[in-house]
Amino acid sequence: MKRSKRAFWLFVLPSLIIYVLFMLLPLVASLGLSFFEWSGYGAKKFVWFRNYVKLFTEAPNNVRLGNALKNNLYFFIITMVIQNLLALMLAIFLQRGFRGFKALRTIFFAPSTVSVIIVGFLWTLIYNPIWGPLNNILGAIGLDKLQMAWLGSKTTALTAIAVANAWQYTGIPMMLFVAGLNSIPNELYEACSVDGGSEWHKFRYVTIPSLKSVLLIVATMTFVGNFSSFEIIYAMEGTLAGPNYATDVLGTLFYRTTFGARTGSPPDMGLGATIATVMSVLIGVGVLFWLRLYVKEDSSEGK
Amino acid sequence: MAKKKISVSKILITTFLVLHALYVIYPLILMFMTSMKSTMDIMKNPLSFPKKPIFTGFVKIFRDANFLLYLKNSVFVTLVALFASLTVSIFLSYALARYKGKTVNRLYFLFLAGMIIPIRLGVLFLNLMFNKLGMLDSLFSLILIYTAMTIPFSMYILTGYIRMIPAEMDEAAFIDGCSNLQVVGRMVVPLLKPAIATVAIYNFIPIWNDVYFPLILIFDPSKKTFMQHVTMFFGQYQTDWNLVFSALTFATLVSLVFYAIGSKQLVQGLTAGALKG
Repeated sequence: MKRSKRAFWLFVLPSLIIYVLFMLLPLVASLGLSFFEWSGYGAKKFVWFRNYVKLFTEAPNNVRLGNALKNNLYFFIITMVIQNLLALMLAIFLQRGFRGFKALRTIFFAPSTVSVIIVGFLWTLIYNPIWGPLNNILGAIGLDKLQMAWLGSKTTALTAIAVANAWQYTGIPMMLFVAGLNSIPNELYEACSVDGGSEWHKFRYVTIPSLKSVLLIVATMTFVGNFSSFEIIYAMEGTLAGPNYATDVLGTLFYRTTFGARTGSPPDMGLGATIATVMSVLIGVGVLFWLRLYVKEDSSEGK
Repeated sequence: MAKKKISVSKILITTFLVLHALYVIYPLILMFMTSMKSTMDIMKNPLSFPKKPIFTGFVKIFRDANFLLYLKNSVFVTLVALFASLTVSIFLSYALARYKGKTVNRLYFLFLAGMIIPIRLGVLFLNLMFNKLGMLDSLFSLILIYTAMTIPFSMYILTGYIRMIPAEMDEAAFIDGCSNLQVVGRMVVPLLKPAIATVAIYNFIPIWNDVYFPLILIFDPSKKTFMQHVTMFFGQYQTDWNLVFSALTFATLVSLVFYAIGSKQLVQGLTAGALKG
Protein backbone atom coordinates (compact mmCIF):
# COMPACT_ATOMS: atom_id res chain seq x y z
CA MET A 1 0.00 0.00 0.00
CA LYS A 2 2.78 2.36 0.98
CA ARG A 3 4.64 2.19 -2.30
CA SER A 4 1.76 3.31 -4.48
CA LYS A 5 1.66 5.09 -7.80
CA ARG A 6 -0.18 7.89 -6.08
CA ALA A 7 2.58 8.38 -3.52
CA PHE A 8 5.20 8.36 -6.29
CA TRP A 9 3.50 11.12 -8.25
CA LEU A 10 2.80 13.18 -5.15
CA PHE A 11 6.53 13.16 -4.42
CA VAL A 12 7.57 13.89 -7.98
CA LEU A 13 4.98 16.50 -8.97
CA PRO A 14 6.15 19.58 -7.05
CA SER A 15 9.64 19.34 -8.59
CA LEU A 16 8.30 18.36 -11.98
CA ILE A 17 5.90 21.31 -12.15
CA ILE A 18 8.55 23.86 -11.17
CA TYR A 19 11.14 22.25 -13.44
CA VAL A 20 8.84 22.09 -16.45
CA LEU A 21 7.26 25.54 -15.99
CA PHE A 22 10.43 27.50 -15.30
CA MET A 23 13.05 25.57 -17.19
CA LEU A 24 11.85 23.25 -19.95
CA LEU A 25 8.85 25.24 -21.15
CA PRO A 26 10.79 28.54 -21.38
CA LEU A 27 13.51 26.78 -23.39
CA VAL A 28 11.08 25.39 -25.93
CA ALA A 29 8.77 28.40 -26.00
CA SER A 30 11.68 30.82 -26.50
CA LEU A 31 12.53 28.96 -29.68
CA GLY A 32 8.94 29.40 -30.83
CA LEU A 33 9.36 33.16 -30.60
CA SER A 34 11.87 32.98 -33.45
CA PHE A 35 8.91 32.77 -35.89
CA PHE A 36 7.57 36.14 -34.81
CA GLU A 37 8.48 39.70 -35.52
CA TRP A 38 8.44 41.40 -32.15
CA SER A 39 10.31 44.27 -30.55
CA GLY A 40 9.29 43.34 -27.01
CA TYR A 41 6.45 45.82 -26.87
CA GLY A 42 3.21 45.78 -28.80
CA ALA A 43 1.87 42.97 -30.92
CA LYS A 44 3.73 39.95 -32.21
CA LYS A 45 3.46 39.18 -35.91
CA PHE A 46 3.89 35.66 -37.26
CA VAL A 47 6.48 35.84 -40.05
CA TRP A 48 7.45 32.20 -40.74
CA PHE A 49 11.19 31.96 -41.38
CA ARG A 50 11.74 35.66 -41.97
CA ASN A 51 14.03 35.96 -38.90
CA TYR A 52 16.17 33.05 -40.07
CA VAL A 53 16.58 34.65 -43.48
CA LYS A 54 17.50 37.90 -41.74
CA LEU A 55 20.03 36.19 -39.49
CA PHE A 56 21.73 33.98 -42.07
CA THR A 57 21.69 36.14 -45.21
CA GLU A 58 21.41 39.82 -44.34
CA ALA A 59 24.28 42.07 -43.30
CA PRO A 60 25.27 42.89 -40.65
CA ASN A 61 23.51 39.97 -38.90
CA ASN A 62 25.17 37.20 -40.91
CA VAL A 63 28.61 38.76 -40.46
CA ARG A 64 28.04 39.11 -36.69
CA LEU A 65 26.80 35.52 -36.42
CA GLY A 66 29.80 34.14 -38.29
CA ASN A 67 32.13 36.24 -36.19
CA ALA A 68 30.50 35.12 -32.92
CA LEU A 69 30.64 31.45 -33.96
CA LYS A 70 34.30 31.82 -34.84
CA ASN A 71 35.06 33.51 -31.52
CA ASN A 72 33.11 30.90 -29.56
CA LEU A 73 35.03 28.12 -31.24
CA TYR A 74 38.34 29.84 -30.49
CA PHE A 75 37.26 30.43 -26.88
CA PHE A 76 36.41 26.73 -26.56
CA ILE A 77 39.66 25.45 -28.06
CA ILE A 78 41.88 27.77 -26.03
CA THR A 79 39.97 26.85 -22.85
CA MET A 80 40.48 23.16 -23.57
CA VAL A 81 44.21 23.78 -23.82
CA ILE A 82 44.90 26.22 -21.01
CA GLN A 83 42.20 25.19 -18.54
CA ASN A 84 41.54 21.49 -18.93
CA LEU A 85 45.08 20.41 -19.68
CA LEU A 86 46.24 22.32 -16.62
CA ALA A 87 43.42 20.76 -14.58
CA LEU A 88 44.53 17.28 -15.64
CA MET A 89 48.14 18.03 -14.70
CA LEU A 90 47.10 19.41 -11.32
CA ALA A 91 44.89 16.39 -10.62
CA ILE A 92 47.67 13.94 -11.50
CA PHE A 93 50.19 15.79 -9.34
CA LEU A 94 47.75 16.09 -6.44
CA GLN A 95 47.17 12.37 -6.73
CA ARG A 96 50.72 11.76 -5.53
CA GLY A 97 49.27 12.45 -2.11
CA PHE A 98 52.14 14.38 -0.50
CA ARG A 99 51.31 16.11 2.76
CA GLY A 100 49.39 19.36 2.49
CA PHE A 101 47.88 18.59 -0.90
CA LYS A 102 44.35 18.48 0.46
CA ALA A 103 44.65 22.16 1.38
CA LEU A 104 45.94 22.98 -2.13
CA ARG A 105 42.93 21.27 -3.68
CA THR A 106 40.67 23.54 -1.64
CA ILE A 107 42.60 26.63 -2.76
CA PHE A 108 42.52 25.63 -6.44
CA PHE A 109 38.76 25.29 -6.31
CA ALA A 110 38.14 28.58 -4.47
CA PRO A 111 37.92 30.95 -7.48
CA SER A 112 35.00 29.00 -8.95
CA THR A 113 32.94 30.14 -5.96
CA VAL A 114 33.51 33.83 -6.76
CA SER A 115 31.07 35.68 -9.02
CA VAL A 116 32.02 35.61 -12.72
CA ILE A 117 31.34 39.33 -12.87
CA ILE A 118 33.83 40.02 -10.09
CA VAL A 119 36.45 37.81 -11.69
CA GLY A 120 35.92 39.76 -14.90
CA PHE A 121 36.32 43.13 -13.15
CA LEU A 122 39.36 41.93 -11.26
CA TRP A 123 41.13 40.76 -14.40
CA THR A 124 40.17 43.96 -16.23
CA LEU A 125 42.16 45.76 -13.56
CA ILE A 126 45.04 43.28 -13.76
CA TYR A 127 45.23 43.93 -17.52
CA ASN A 128 44.92 47.72 -17.11
CA PRO A 129 47.57 49.13 -19.49
CA ILE A 130 48.50 52.11 -17.30
CA TRP A 131 48.74 50.78 -13.77
CA GLY A 132 47.66 47.16 -14.06
CA PRO A 133 49.86 44.59 -12.29
CA LEU A 134 50.51 42.50 -15.41
CA ASN A 135 52.32 45.25 -17.31
CA ASN A 136 54.03 46.31 -14.09
CA ILE A 137 55.34 42.81 -13.48
CA LEU A 138 56.48 42.51 -17.10
CA GLY A 139 58.33 45.82 -16.71
CA ALA A 140 59.93 44.75 -13.45
CA ILE A 141 61.41 41.59 -14.96
CA GLY A 142 62.71 43.41 -18.03
CA LEU A 143 60.08 42.33 -20.51
CA ASP A 144 58.93 45.88 -21.30
CA LYS A 145 58.50 44.92 -24.93
CA LEU A 146 55.63 42.62 -24.06
CA GLN A 147 53.68 45.34 -22.28
CA MET A 148 50.47 46.16 -24.07
CA ALA A 149 46.79 46.97 -23.83
CA TRP A 150 45.70 43.37 -23.46
CA LEU A 151 41.97 43.98 -23.62
CA GLY A 152 42.22 46.81 -26.12
CA SER A 153 44.00 44.91 -28.86
CA LYS A 154 42.07 42.76 -31.30
CA THR A 155 44.75 40.09 -31.34
CA THR A 156 44.99 39.54 -27.58
CA ALA A 157 41.58 40.46 -26.13
CA LEU A 158 39.80 37.12 -26.45
CA THR A 159 42.82 35.14 -25.29
CA ALA A 160 43.16 37.46 -22.29
CA ILE A 161 39.52 36.82 -21.40
CA ALA A 162 40.00 33.07 -21.82
CA VAL A 163 42.92 33.23 -19.37
CA ALA A 164 40.75 35.02 -16.79
CA ASN A 165 37.99 32.48 -17.36
CA ALA A 166 40.43 29.58 -16.96
CA TRP A 167 41.85 31.13 -13.79
CA GLN A 168 38.38 30.92 -12.31
CA TYR A 169 37.25 27.50 -13.52
CA THR A 170 40.31 25.21 -13.55
CA GLY A 171 39.21 23.84 -10.17
CA ILE A 172 36.04 22.22 -11.51
CA PRO A 173 37.56 19.91 -14.16
CA MET A 174 40.39 19.29 -11.68
CA MET A 175 37.88 17.90 -9.16
CA LEU A 176 36.31 15.68 -11.82
CA PHE A 177 39.76 14.38 -12.80
CA VAL A 178 40.62 13.74 -9.15
CA ALA A 179 37.40 11.74 -8.77
CA GLY A 180 38.22 9.85 -11.97
CA LEU A 181 41.75 9.07 -10.81
CA ASN A 182 40.44 7.87 -7.44
CA SER A 183 38.31 5.29 -9.17
CA ILE A 184 41.21 3.68 -11.08
CA PRO A 185 42.05 0.38 -9.31
CA ASN A 186 45.63 0.25 -8.04
CA GLU A 187 46.03 -3.25 -9.47
CA LEU A 188 46.13 -1.80 -12.98
CA TYR A 189 49.21 0.26 -12.08
CA GLU A 190 50.78 -2.70 -10.31
CA ALA A 191 50.20 -4.91 -13.32
CA CYS A 192 51.87 -2.28 -15.45
CA SER A 193 54.93 -2.15 -13.16
CA VAL A 194 55.17 -5.95 -13.08
CA ASP A 195 55.32 -5.88 -16.87
CA GLY A 196 58.22 -3.42 -16.58
CA GLY A 197 56.23 -0.32 -17.52
CA SER A 198 57.75 3.10 -16.85
CA GLU A 199 55.93 6.10 -15.36
CA TRP A 200 55.12 7.22 -18.90
CA HIS A 201 53.69 3.81 -19.76
CA LYS A 202 51.48 3.94 -16.69
CA PHE A 203 50.22 7.35 -17.74
CA ARG A 204 49.74 6.44 -21.38
CA TYR A 205 48.24 2.96 -20.99
CA VAL A 206 46.47 3.10 -17.62
CA THR A 207 45.63 6.69 -16.64
CA ILE A 208 44.50 8.11 -19.98
CA PRO A 209 42.29 5.17 -21.08
CA SER A 210 40.70 5.02 -17.63
CA LEU A 211 39.96 8.74 -17.71
CA LYS A 212 38.42 8.66 -21.18
CA SER A 213 34.85 9.13 -20.03
CA VAL A 214 35.81 11.91 -17.59
CA LEU A 215 37.78 13.63 -20.37
CA LEU A 216 34.73 13.53 -22.61
CA ILE A 217 32.46 14.82 -19.83
CA VAL A 218 34.85 17.70 -19.15
CA ALA A 219 35.10 18.54 -22.85
CA THR A 220 31.32 18.58 -23.21
CA MET A 221 30.86 20.69 -20.08
CA THR A 222 33.42 23.17 -21.40
CA PHE A 223 31.70 23.25 -24.76
CA VAL A 224 28.27 23.95 -23.26
CA GLY A 225 29.71 26.47 -20.81
CA ASN A 226 31.60 28.43 -23.45
CA PHE A 227 28.78 28.44 -25.97
CA SER A 228 26.43 29.90 -23.37
CA SER A 229 28.93 32.32 -21.79
CA PHE A 230 28.03 35.95 -21.40
CA GLU A 231 29.04 37.48 -18.05
CA ILE A 232 32.80 37.28 -18.40
CA ILE A 233 32.72 39.15 -21.73
CA TYR A 234 30.08 41.57 -20.41
CA ALA A 235 32.26 42.37 -17.38
CA MET A 236 35.49 42.81 -19.34
CA GLU A 237 34.39 44.31 -22.67
CA GLY A 238 30.75 45.37 -22.17
CA THR A 239 27.81 44.28 -24.33
CA LEU A 240 29.56 45.62 -27.43
CA ALA A 241 32.25 42.96 -26.95
CA GLY A 242 35.01 45.15 -28.31
CA PRO A 243 37.47 46.02 -29.66
CA ASN A 244 35.46 46.01 -32.87
CA TYR A 245 33.57 42.79 -31.94
CA ALA A 246 36.82 40.86 -31.42
CA THR A 247 35.37 39.24 -28.30
CA ASP A 248 31.75 38.96 -29.46
CA VAL A 249 30.34 35.50 -28.73
CA LEU A 250 26.85 34.10 -29.23
CA GLY A 251 25.87 35.11 -25.67
CA THR A 252 26.75 38.80 -26.14
CA LEU A 253 25.29 38.89 -29.66
CA PHE A 254 22.05 37.42 -28.29
CA TYR A 255 21.88 39.91 -25.43
CA ARG A 256 22.59 42.91 -27.66
CA THR A 257 20.12 41.85 -30.32
CA THR A 258 17.35 40.95 -27.89
CA PHE A 259 17.51 43.81 -25.45
CA GLY A 260 19.10 46.51 -27.59
CA ALA A 261 22.57 47.96 -27.36
CA ARG A 262 23.89 51.20 -25.95
CA THR A 263 24.81 52.31 -29.45
CA GLY A 264 21.09 52.70 -30.03
CA SER A 265 20.20 49.60 -31.99
CA PRO A 266 16.59 48.84 -31.01
CA PRO A 267 15.65 45.57 -29.29
CA ASP A 268 14.60 42.82 -31.68
CA MET A 269 13.19 39.91 -29.67
CA GLY A 270 12.30 37.85 -32.74
CA LEU A 271 15.83 37.94 -34.10
CA GLY A 272 17.15 37.36 -30.58
CA ALA A 273 15.03 34.22 -30.31
CA THR A 274 16.50 33.07 -33.61
CA ILE A 275 20.03 33.45 -32.23
CA ALA A 276 18.91 31.59 -29.10
CA THR A 277 17.67 28.79 -31.35
CA VAL A 278 21.08 28.53 -33.02
CA MET A 279 22.67 28.38 -29.56
CA SER A 280 20.16 25.76 -28.39
CA VAL A 281 20.85 23.52 -31.37
CA LEU A 282 24.61 23.67 -30.78
CA ILE A 283 24.30 23.21 -27.04
CA GLY A 284 21.61 20.55 -27.47
CA VAL A 285 24.09 18.39 -29.36
CA GLY A 286 26.48 18.81 -26.45
CA VAL A 287 23.81 17.96 -23.88
CA LEU A 288 22.72 14.78 -25.68
CA PHE A 289 26.34 13.67 -25.98
CA TRP A 290 26.85 14.34 -22.26
CA LEU A 291 23.71 12.41 -21.30
CA ARG A 292 24.83 9.42 -23.35
CA LEU A 293 28.11 9.40 -21.46
CA TYR A 294 26.19 9.30 -18.18
CA VAL A 295 23.97 6.47 -19.36
CA LYS A 296 27.10 4.51 -20.26
CA GLU A 297 28.75 5.31 -16.93
CA ASP A 298 25.62 4.21 -15.09
CA SER A 299 25.34 0.91 -16.88
CA SER A 300 29.07 0.18 -16.68
CA GLU A 301 28.91 0.71 -12.92
CA GLY A 302 26.31 -2.00 -12.81
CA LYS A 303 23.94 -0.01 -10.64
CA MET B 1 69.62 6.17 -6.99
CA ALA B 2 65.95 5.33 -7.25
CA LYS B 3 65.32 7.11 -3.99
CA LYS B 4 66.97 10.29 -5.24
CA LYS B 5 64.90 10.27 -8.42
CA ILE B 6 61.70 10.16 -6.41
CA SER B 7 62.69 13.16 -4.33
CA VAL B 8 63.59 15.19 -7.44
CA SER B 9 60.18 14.57 -8.94
CA LYS B 10 58.65 15.37 -5.56
CA ILE B 11 60.42 18.72 -5.50
CA LEU B 12 59.37 19.54 -9.05
CA ILE B 13 55.76 18.62 -8.44
CA THR B 14 55.60 20.54 -5.19
CA THR B 15 57.15 23.60 -6.81
CA PHE B 16 54.65 23.47 -9.65
CA LEU B 17 51.71 23.15 -7.30
CA VAL B 18 52.90 25.91 -4.98
CA LEU B 19 53.45 28.25 -7.95
CA HIS B 20 49.97 27.49 -9.17
CA ALA B 21 48.56 28.17 -5.71
CA LEU B 22 50.28 31.58 -5.76
CA TYR B 23 48.81 32.28 -9.19
CA VAL B 24 45.35 31.41 -7.89
CA ILE B 25 45.68 33.44 -4.69
CA TYR B 26 47.50 36.52 -6.03
CA PRO B 27 44.56 38.25 -7.75
CA LEU B 28 42.44 37.79 -4.63
CA ILE B 29 45.17 39.13 -2.32
CA LEU B 30 45.67 42.04 -4.69
CA MET B 31 41.98 42.86 -4.49
CA PHE B 32 41.94 42.68 -0.68
CA MET B 33 45.06 44.84 -0.44
CA THR B 34 43.76 47.41 -2.88
CA SER B 35 40.50 47.74 -0.98
CA MET B 36 42.53 49.09 1.93
CA LYS B 37 44.38 51.73 -0.10
CA SER B 38 43.37 55.28 -0.97
CA THR B 39 42.67 55.96 -4.65
CA MET B 40 45.86 58.07 -4.78
CA ASP B 41 47.90 55.23 -3.34
CA ILE B 42 46.34 52.75 -5.80
CA MET B 43 47.37 54.91 -8.77
CA LYS B 44 50.89 55.60 -7.49
CA ASN B 45 51.83 52.20 -6.12
CA PRO B 46 49.41 49.69 -7.59
CA LEU B 47 51.30 46.61 -6.43
CA SER B 48 52.63 47.57 -3.02
CA PHE B 49 51.11 46.75 0.34
CA PRO B 50 48.90 49.50 1.73
CA LYS B 51 51.16 51.88 3.65
CA LYS B 52 48.49 52.72 6.13
CA PRO B 53 45.44 50.49 5.72
CA ILE B 54 42.21 52.47 5.47
CA PHE B 55 38.69 51.16 5.65
CA THR B 56 36.77 54.18 4.39
CA GLY B 57 35.37 52.20 1.44
CA PHE B 58 33.86 49.54 3.68
CA VAL B 59 32.46 52.16 6.05
CA LYS B 60 30.87 54.01 3.12
CA ILE B 61 29.25 50.80 1.93
CA PHE B 62 27.73 49.98 5.27
CA ARG B 63 26.46 53.50 5.80
CA ASP B 64 24.70 53.29 2.45
CA ALA B 65 21.08 52.30 3.05
CA ASN B 66 20.74 51.03 -0.52
CA PHE B 67 23.63 48.70 -0.10
CA LEU B 68 22.02 47.14 2.96
CA LEU B 69 18.71 46.83 1.14
CA TYR B 70 20.32 44.94 -1.75
CA LEU B 71 22.10 42.70 0.69
CA LYS B 72 18.76 41.93 2.31
CA ASN B 73 17.17 41.20 -1.10
CA SER B 74 19.96 38.78 -2.01
CA VAL B 75 19.87 36.97 1.33
CA PHE B 76 16.10 36.61 1.02
CA VAL B 77 16.22 35.29 -2.54
CA THR B 78 19.06 32.89 -1.82
CA LEU B 79 17.61 31.44 1.38
CA VAL B 80 14.09 30.97 0.04
CA ALA B 81 15.29 29.44 -3.24
CA LEU B 82 17.70 27.09 -1.47
CA PHE B 83 15.02 25.97 0.96
CA ALA B 84 12.37 25.49 -1.72
CA SER B 85 14.73 23.63 -4.01
CA LEU B 86 15.93 21.31 -1.24
CA THR B 87 12.43 20.55 -0.01
CA VAL B 88 11.00 19.54 -3.39
CA SER B 89 14.22 17.76 -4.39
CA ILE B 90 14.26 15.55 -1.30
CA PHE B 91 10.80 14.17 -2.14
CA LEU B 92 11.69 13.87 -5.81
CA SER B 93 14.93 12.03 -5.06
CA TYR B 94 13.23 9.71 -2.60
CA ALA B 95 10.68 8.73 -5.24
CA LEU B 96 13.31 8.30 -7.97
CA ALA B 97 15.55 6.24 -5.71
CA ARG B 98 12.87 3.93 -4.32
CA TYR B 99 10.62 3.28 -7.31
CA LYS B 100 11.63 1.31 -10.39
CA GLY B 101 10.48 1.17 -13.97
CA LYS B 102 10.67 2.91 -17.31
CA THR B 103 8.87 6.07 -16.19
CA VAL B 104 11.24 6.43 -13.26
CA ASN B 105 14.27 6.12 -15.54
CA ARG B 106 12.87 8.60 -18.02
CA LEU B 107 12.12 11.12 -15.29
CA TYR B 108 15.63 10.63 -13.89
CA PHE B 109 17.21 11.54 -17.22
CA LEU B 110 14.77 14.38 -17.82
CA PHE B 111 15.97 15.97 -14.60
CA LEU B 112 19.60 14.96 -15.14
CA ALA B 113 19.64 16.85 -18.45
CA GLY B 114 18.93 20.04 -16.48
CA MET B 115 22.36 19.77 -14.84
CA ILE B 116 24.01 20.88 -18.05
CA ILE B 117 21.24 22.72 -19.96
CA PRO B 118 21.82 26.47 -19.56
CA ILE B 119 18.48 27.82 -18.32
CA ARG B 120 19.38 31.25 -19.71
CA LEU B 121 18.48 30.05 -23.22
CA GLY B 122 14.88 30.33 -22.09
CA VAL B 123 15.24 33.88 -20.88
CA LEU B 124 13.08 35.40 -23.62
CA PHE B 125 10.03 33.41 -22.65
CA LEU B 126 10.72 33.85 -18.93
CA ASN B 127 10.78 37.60 -19.47
CA LEU B 128 7.52 37.42 -21.41
CA MET B 129 5.83 35.12 -18.91
CA PHE B 130 6.77 37.14 -15.82
CA ASN B 131 5.72 40.28 -17.63
CA LYS B 132 2.27 38.77 -18.33
CA LEU B 133 1.99 37.60 -14.74
CA GLY B 134 2.94 41.06 -13.50
CA MET B 135 6.00 39.58 -11.85
CA LEU B 136 8.73 41.65 -13.45
CA ASP B 137 10.51 43.47 -10.65
CA SER B 138 9.50 40.75 -8.22
CA LEU B 139 12.04 38.82 -6.23
CA PHE B 140 9.74 35.79 -6.48
CA SER B 141 10.41 35.51 -10.21
CA LEU B 142 14.10 35.08 -9.36
CA ILE B 143 13.27 32.57 -6.63
CA LEU B 144 11.24 30.41 -9.03
CA ILE B 145 14.00 30.40 -11.65
CA TYR B 146 16.71 29.55 -9.11
CA THR B 147 14.59 26.79 -7.60
CA ALA B 148 14.02 25.21 -11.01
CA MET B 149 17.65 25.57 -12.00
CA THR B 150 19.05 23.88 -8.87
CA ILE B 151 16.64 20.90 -8.72
CA PRO B 152 18.71 18.74 -11.16
CA PHE B 153 21.97 18.83 -9.20
CA SER B 154 20.15 18.29 -5.89
CA MET B 155 18.26 15.36 -7.39
CA TYR B 156 21.49 13.84 -8.70
CA ILE B 157 23.37 13.94 -5.40
CA LEU B 158 20.40 13.10 -3.15
CA THR B 159 19.21 10.17 -5.29
CA GLY B 160 22.71 8.72 -5.10
CA TYR B 161 22.73 8.96 -1.32
CA ILE B 162 19.22 7.62 -0.81
CA ARG B 163 20.07 4.56 -2.90
CA MET B 164 22.78 3.80 -0.36
CA ILE B 165 20.22 3.72 2.47
CA PRO B 166 18.81 0.17 2.60
CA ALA B 167 15.19 0.08 1.47
CA GLU B 168 14.47 -2.51 4.19
CA MET B 169 14.59 0.33 6.70
CA ASP B 170 11.64 1.97 4.96
CA GLU B 171 9.74 -1.33 4.96
CA ALA B 172 10.30 -1.76 8.67
CA ALA B 173 9.04 1.75 9.29
CA PHE B 174 5.97 1.12 7.14
CA ILE B 175 5.17 -2.00 9.16
CA ASP B 176 5.46 0.09 12.31
CA GLY B 177 2.71 2.24 10.85
CA CYS B 178 4.71 5.18 9.53
CA SER B 179 3.32 7.08 6.57
CA ASN B 180 5.41 7.96 3.51
CA LEU B 181 5.86 11.49 4.79
CA GLN B 182 7.04 10.27 8.18
CA VAL B 183 9.56 7.92 6.58
CA VAL B 184 11.04 10.75 4.53
CA GLY B 185 10.87 13.38 7.26
CA ARG B 186 11.91 11.38 10.31
CA MET B 187 14.17 8.72 8.83
CA VAL B 188 15.60 9.70 5.45
CA VAL B 189 16.27 13.40 6.04
CA PRO B 190 18.40 12.88 9.18
CA LEU B 191 20.50 10.31 7.31
CA LEU B 192 20.87 12.69 4.37
CA LYS B 193 22.43 15.53 6.35
CA PRO B 194 25.89 15.35 4.70
CA ALA B 195 24.34 15.20 1.23
CA ILE B 196 22.03 18.09 2.03
CA ALA B 197 25.03 20.15 3.15
CA THR B 198 26.90 19.40 -0.10
CA VAL B 199 23.87 20.35 -2.16
CA ALA B 200 23.19 23.54 -0.20
CA ILE B 201 26.77 24.78 -0.57
CA TYR B 202 26.99 23.84 -4.22
CA ASN B 203 23.70 25.53 -5.08
CA PHE B 204 24.43 28.61 -3.00
CA ILE B 205 27.21 29.63 -5.42
CA PRO B 206 25.25 30.14 -8.67
CA ILE B 207 22.25 31.67 -6.87
CA TRP B 208 24.20 34.18 -4.82
CA ASN B 209 26.46 35.15 -7.72
CA ASP B 210 23.88 35.39 -10.50
CA VAL B 211 23.47 38.71 -12.29
CA TYR B 212 22.03 37.44 -15.56
CA PHE B 213 18.41 37.10 -14.43
CA PRO B 214 18.35 40.28 -12.30
CA LEU B 215 19.72 42.17 -15.33
CA ILE B 216 16.76 40.94 -17.38
CA LEU B 217 13.94 40.79 -14.83
CA ILE B 218 14.66 43.44 -12.19
CA PHE B 219 14.51 47.13 -13.07
CA ASP B 220 13.00 48.65 -9.93
CA PRO B 221 16.00 50.06 -7.99
CA SER B 222 14.56 48.89 -4.69
CA LYS B 223 14.40 45.26 -5.87
CA LYS B 224 17.96 44.95 -7.08
CA THR B 225 20.15 42.15 -5.80
CA PHE B 226 23.48 42.66 -4.15
CA MET B 227 25.57 41.31 -7.02
CA GLN B 228 23.52 43.26 -9.56
CA HIS B 229 24.27 46.42 -7.61
CA VAL B 230 27.99 45.63 -7.46
CA THR B 231 27.92 45.20 -11.25
CA MET B 232 26.38 48.62 -11.80
CA PHE B 233 28.56 50.11 -9.11
CA PHE B 234 31.66 49.17 -11.10
CA GLY B 235 30.45 51.19 -14.05
CA GLN B 236 29.32 54.20 -12.01
CA TYR B 237 32.19 54.99 -9.69
CA GLN B 238 35.19 54.30 -11.85
CA THR B 239 37.08 57.19 -10.27
CA ASP B 240 36.69 56.12 -6.66
CA TRP B 241 38.77 52.95 -6.88
CA ASN B 242 38.93 52.55 -3.12
CA LEU B 243 35.14 52.29 -2.94
CA VAL B 244 34.96 49.98 -5.97
CA PHE B 245 37.54 47.60 -4.54
CA SER B 246 35.86 47.60 -1.14
CA ALA B 247 32.58 46.56 -2.78
CA LEU B 248 34.25 43.84 -4.84
CA THR B 249 36.15 42.58 -1.81
CA PHE B 250 33.08 42.41 0.37
CA ALA B 251 31.09 40.58 -2.32
CA THR B 252 33.92 38.09 -2.77
CA LEU B 253 34.40 37.56 0.96
CA VAL B 254 30.78 36.46 1.31
CA SER B 255 31.27 33.66 -1.25
CA LEU B 256 34.67 32.69 0.10
CA VAL B 257 33.54 32.56 3.73
CA PHE B 258 30.62 30.36 2.77
CA TYR B 259 32.97 28.15 0.78
CA ALA B 260 35.49 28.00 3.63
CA ILE B 261 32.81 26.83 6.05
CA GLY B 262 31.61 24.12 3.71
CA SER B 263 34.67 23.33 1.60
CA LYS B 264 35.48 20.05 3.34
CA GLN B 265 31.96 18.81 2.78
CA LEU B 266 31.88 20.09 -0.78
CA VAL B 267 35.26 18.77 -1.90
CA GLN B 268 34.52 15.38 -0.35
CA GLY B 269 31.10 15.27 -1.92
CA LEU B 270 32.49 16.17 -5.33
CA THR B 271 35.47 13.82 -5.36
CA ALA B 272 34.61 10.85 -3.17
CA GLY B 273 32.35 9.23 -5.69
CA ALA B 274 29.12 10.94 -4.77
CA LEU B 275 29.07 12.12 -8.36
CA LYS B 276 28.96 8.54 -9.48
CA GLY B 277 25.57 8.03 -7.85
